[in-house]
Amino acid sequence: MDSLINVSSAMLYTAFILYLIATFFFGATIRDKNKNSNKGVGISGKIGITLTIIGFLAQIVYFITRWIASKHAPVSNLFEFMTFFGMALVFAFIILYFIYRLNILGLFALPIAIIVIAYASVFPTEVAPLVPSLQSNWLYIHVTTVSLGEAILSISFVAGLIYLIRQIDQSVRSKRTIWLEVVLLSIFIFAGFSIISTAFNVSGYSAEFEYSVNGTTQTTDYHLPPIAGPNEGELLTGDRMNPLFEAPGWMKGVDAARKFNTVIWSVITGLILYGLARLILRKRVGAFIQPFLLKAKPDMLDEISYRAVAIGFPVFTLGGLIFASIWAQEAWDRFWGWDPKEVWALVTWLFYAAFLHLRLSKGWHGEKSAWLAVGGFAIIMFNLVAVNLVLAGLHSYA
Amino acid sequence: MEKIKCECGHVNPEGTVLCEACGKPVEGNQHIDGNDKRKLLNMRYDGSARRSQTYNKSIIDKTWNFFSSVKVGVWLIVLALTASAIGTIFPQEQYIPADATQDPSIYYEAQYGILGQIYYQLGFHNLYGSWWYMLLIAFIGMSLVISSIDRFVPLYKTLKMQKPRRHDTFLKRQRLFSETEHVSSDEKKKLVSGLKKQRYKVWEDNGHVLAEKGRFSRWGPYVNHLGLIIVLIAALMRMTSFMYMDEYVWVREGEQTVIPGTDKEYYIENKDFILETYDKDDERFKNAIEKQGNVAKNYQTNAVIYKEQGDDVAGADPDLKKVTEDSIRMNEPLEFDGYTLYQSGYQQNEFKRMSFKIHKTDDPEEASLGSFSIDLTDPKETYQLDNGFQVGVTQYYPDYELQEEEPASKTPYPRNPAFVFTIHPPGNEEPETSFVGIGKNIDATGENDYKLGIEDFETRYASGLSVKRDYTLPLFIIGAVIFMIGVSQGMYWQHRRIWLHPKGEGILVAGHTNKNWFGLRQDIERMIADTNVNMVQDQQETE
Ligand code: HEM
Repeated sequence: MDSLINVSSAMLYTAFILYLIATFFFGATIRDKNKNSNKGVGISGKIGITLTIIGFLAQIVYFITRWIASKHAPVSNLFEFMTFFGMALVFAFIILYFIYRLNILGLFALPIAIIVIAYASVFPTEVAPLVPSLQSNWLYIHVTTVSLGEAILSISFVAGLIYLIRQIDQSVRSKRTIWLEVVLLSIFIFAGFSIISTAFNVSGYSAEFEYSVNGTTQTTDYHLPPIAGPNEGELLTGDRMNPLFEAPGWMKGVDAARKFNTVIWSVITGLILYGLARLILRKRVGAFIQPFLLKAKPDMLDEISYRAVAIGFPVFTLGGLIFASIWAQEAWDRFWGWDPKEVWALVTWLFYAAFLHLRLSKGWHGEKSAWLAVGGFAIIMFNLVAVNLVLAGLHSYA
Repeated sequence: MEKIKCECGHVNPEGTVLCEACGKPVEGNQHIDGNDKRKLLNMRYDGSARRSQTYNKSIIDKTWNFFSSVKVGVWLIVLALTASAIGTIFPQEQYIPADATQDPSIYYEAQYGILGQIYYQLGFHNLYGSWWYMLLIAFIGMSLVISSIDRFVPLYKTLKMQKPRRHDTFLKRQRLFSETEHVSSDEKKKLVSGLKKQRYKVWEDNGHVLAEKGRFSRWGPYVNHLGLIIVLIAALMRMTSFMYMDEYVWVREGEQTVIPGTDKEYYIENKDFILETYDKDDERFKNAIEKQGNVAKNYQTNAVIYKEQGDDVAGADPDLKKVTEDSIRMNEPLEFDGYTLYQSGYQQNEFKRMSFKIHKTDDPEEASLGSFSIDLTDPKETYQLDNGFQVGVTQYYPDYELQEEEPASKTPYPRNPAFVFTIHPPGNEEPETSFVGIGKNIDATGENDYKLGIEDFETRYASGLSVKRDYTLPLFIIGAVIFMIGVSQGMYWQHRRIWLHPKGEGILVAGHTNKNWFGLRQDIERMIADTNVNMVQDQQETE
C-alpha cells in the first residue's frame, strides 16, 4: 500500500521534471532559424512534445496508482484536484499542439501547468477518506470533465497571452502595456505562493495561535511566519516572531487570518521576483519577451485562442453544469442550490457565452478577443483558488 | 411586402441583401449588413432578409428588434453574470448557519459589519429569488427566442434557395478567393472529384459548382438556444407546487410516521439508523485521520414504506400495505411511486425514555424511595409510584433552553428534556415543586424535603429525510441534452462552402465557412492539388 503511494508520488515528480525540461526545448525552438519551414516543427519541437507526452503518461501512472491505493478516484481534495487540473492542462495543450503544431504554445502552456502542480503540492497530500456526500461516481465524472473543460479554456488564455505580448506596442507606456504587466505579475505571484510555501514547508516552520470566532476559541497553525496574525489572537508556540499586525476584525471566517497572511506572503514574493526580473531586464517583462515571439503569426494565435474556447465550452458545460447537477441531485436532493461554487461555474459559463457572442456577432477578434480570454482565465482561477479558500461552500475541500 | 426581383430571375423578399439564388448584392440594401463600406460581403446570415433589419415602425417592430439584438443579449448576459457573482460575496440567506439565533436582519451586520448591512438592505441576501434577477433571466429567455427566430427562418430559406450559379461579384467579395486564367476541363473535373473525395455535397450547373459540407452545423446555435429555453420553462414550472413538491420529515428509530406531501397516502418506518465513521487504524487513511480527526463514512436509514389502503376513515388506524423496504443513504436515495427520499440529516442522542428516582434531600447516600420512567414521546400527566408517592408533570420542555430568562423549548423534539415536577409525598404532606433537566436540579424554594434524580435514560437516532416529487426533471434533462447536441453540432462541425465559377478559359474559386478558416484552406489546398489552379488568397488580410 505505502509502496504504491510512493510509486505514485515518484511518478508525479517525474512528470513535473519532464514538463520542466520540455519547456526548455520549446524555448529552444525560438532559435530555430528555418522560418520558412511552415510544415515541420523542428527537432527541438519534436523533442519538446515527446518529453511532454512521456511526462503526461507518467502523470497518468501517478493518477492510476493513487487511485488503486486509495480505492477512490484521486480528485477529492484540493491537492488531488489541482494536480488533475495540471494534467488536464497538459492534455489540452497536446490536443491543440497536434491541431496547429505551434511550438511557442508549449513554452507558455507548460509553465502554467508546472505552476499549477507546484501550487497543488502545497496542500495536504495524504490520502483522505471520503465523507458520504463525496462517495459518488458522478462526482468523479463531474470533476474530471469540468477540469478538462477548464483546461481547454485555459489554452485559450495561453494563446491570447502570447498574442497580447506579441502585438501590444511596447515602444511607449500605455494602458495596455500596464495591464499586460499586471497579468504577468499575477503569474509571478502564483509562482511566489508555491515557492514560499514550499520553502517554509521544507524547513518545517509552524506557529500556533489561539483566537476566538463568535465566542468560541479556535487554534490555527501558521506555516508561514505571521505578518498578519489573527484578530486578537495569542501566539502559543514559543520563540516565534510576533505578528507585525493583526488581521482586521471583519475577517471572520475560520482561518481567515492565516489565509490572509498567505496572500500577503505570496504577493510580496511575487513582487520581489517581478522586481528582480525588471531590474535584470531593464524593461517591461512584456517588452522583453516580445522579440522572441515575432515568428508566431498573430492570426494563427487568434484562431487557436478562439478554437480552444469552441472546443472547451461544450466540455465545460457538460462537466461544470450538467454532470454537476446530476451529482448535486443525488447527493443533496437538489440539482442546483446557488452554492458559491455553483454560481461561479455559472459565471464562467455566462462569460464564455458572452465571449462567443461578441466574437460571432460583434466581430471581436484579435486583441479584444485575447483580452477576453485573459478575463475568462481569471474567472476560472478565481473559482479554483479563491472560492475554495475564501468563499467556502459545500465544496470546500481542504 | 415589396418583392425584389434579381437579374437572375429570382424573386426575393423585402429586406434581402444578397440574392437568395445567385448572391448578387441587392442595390439599395447594402447598408443593412454594412457591405457598402467594405470590400468583403458580410456572410453572417448569407444576406437574408431578417425581420429585425427590415421593419422598425410599430411598437411590435421595436420590441422585436430590441430582443433580437445580440448587443442587448450580451448586455443581459453580462448583467446576469455580474449579479450572480455579487450574490456570492456573503452567504445567501439559506446558507447562514441554521443555529444562528439571530434574525438575518441582525446576522449580516453582526457578521460582516457595515458592508453586511448594506448587502442585506439591498436584498442581496436573497438575490437569486429576487424579482429583478428573475426578470433578467426572463429577458434572456425572450431574447433567446426572438433573436433565434429572427435569424433562423430567413437563413433556412436562403440556404435552401441557393443555386450553384453565383454572380461573380459574390465570389470576388468572399474572404477566400482566387482567379486562374487557364484551366483545362480535365483539371476542372479533378477539382470536382477532389471535392467529392473530401465528402462535400456537390451541385453543378453548366460548369458552375457549389460544394457544401456540414450545413447542419449552422443550426447549432438555434438548437442550443431551444435547449436553453426548455430549461428555462422547466425552471418556471418548478415554481408551481403541482410540478415540484419539497418536504422534510424526521422519523425516529423504531417509529413510523406519515410522509408529508403525500396526502397521507404513504408512511415510513425507520427500522434502524446507522452512522459509521472511518476506522482509525485503516492503513490507507491513518495519516489523514490523525490530522483532521474522525471522518463520517456512512449515514443510512433502513426504511420501510407503506401505502394506505382504501378510504381514510377519520380517526381509524390506517390500513397499511408494505410498498418497499430498502436503505436510504447519501448519494443513494430511495424512489417509490414518483416520490424520492433523500438522507439529508440526522439527530444523534434524542431521548426516548428517562427514569427518575426520589430520595430525601438530606440523604448523602441518595437511597431510592421509588422510581418511575417517562416515555418521552408520550409523557403522562401524573405518575403513581408503588410506595404512595405521586409525581405530576407540570411542565415539559423537550428541547430546553432559556429564552430571555424564560424557560422554553427550542424544538418539539426531546433533545434536551427538562421538567417541572410536582411531588405529592404519601400522607398529607405539602406538595413540592422542582425543576429537573440534564445536569440541572433546581429547587425554587430551597426547602424541599425530597429530590428527584435522573436514574437512567435511553437515546436513539432520529433520521431527517427530504421528500421530493419533481415532475420537471425530465424536462430539464431534455433541455440539457438538446443544448449539448446544439453546442456540439455548432462547435465541432463547421458549415463550409466552396464555389467554382467558370470565366472564359479560366475559373474563379471562392470559399466561405462560419468558423475554422484554417480547415477550409486545407480543404481547398487538397482540392487544387495536381492542378495549376491558384490557391485562394485570404482577402481579409489584404483588405
Ligand atoms: C446564456 C445563454 C446563452 C448561451 C449559452 C448561448 C449560446 C450560444 C452559442 C454557443 C452560440 C454559437 C456561438 C458560436 O458558434 O460561436 C450562440 C449563437 C448565438 N446566440 Fe446565443 N446563447 C445565449 C444567449 C443568447 C441571447 C440572450 C441571445 C440574444 C440576442 C443570443 C443570440 C445568439 C445569436 C444571434 C447567435 C448567432 C446565431 C447564428 O449566427 O446563427 N444568445 N449562442
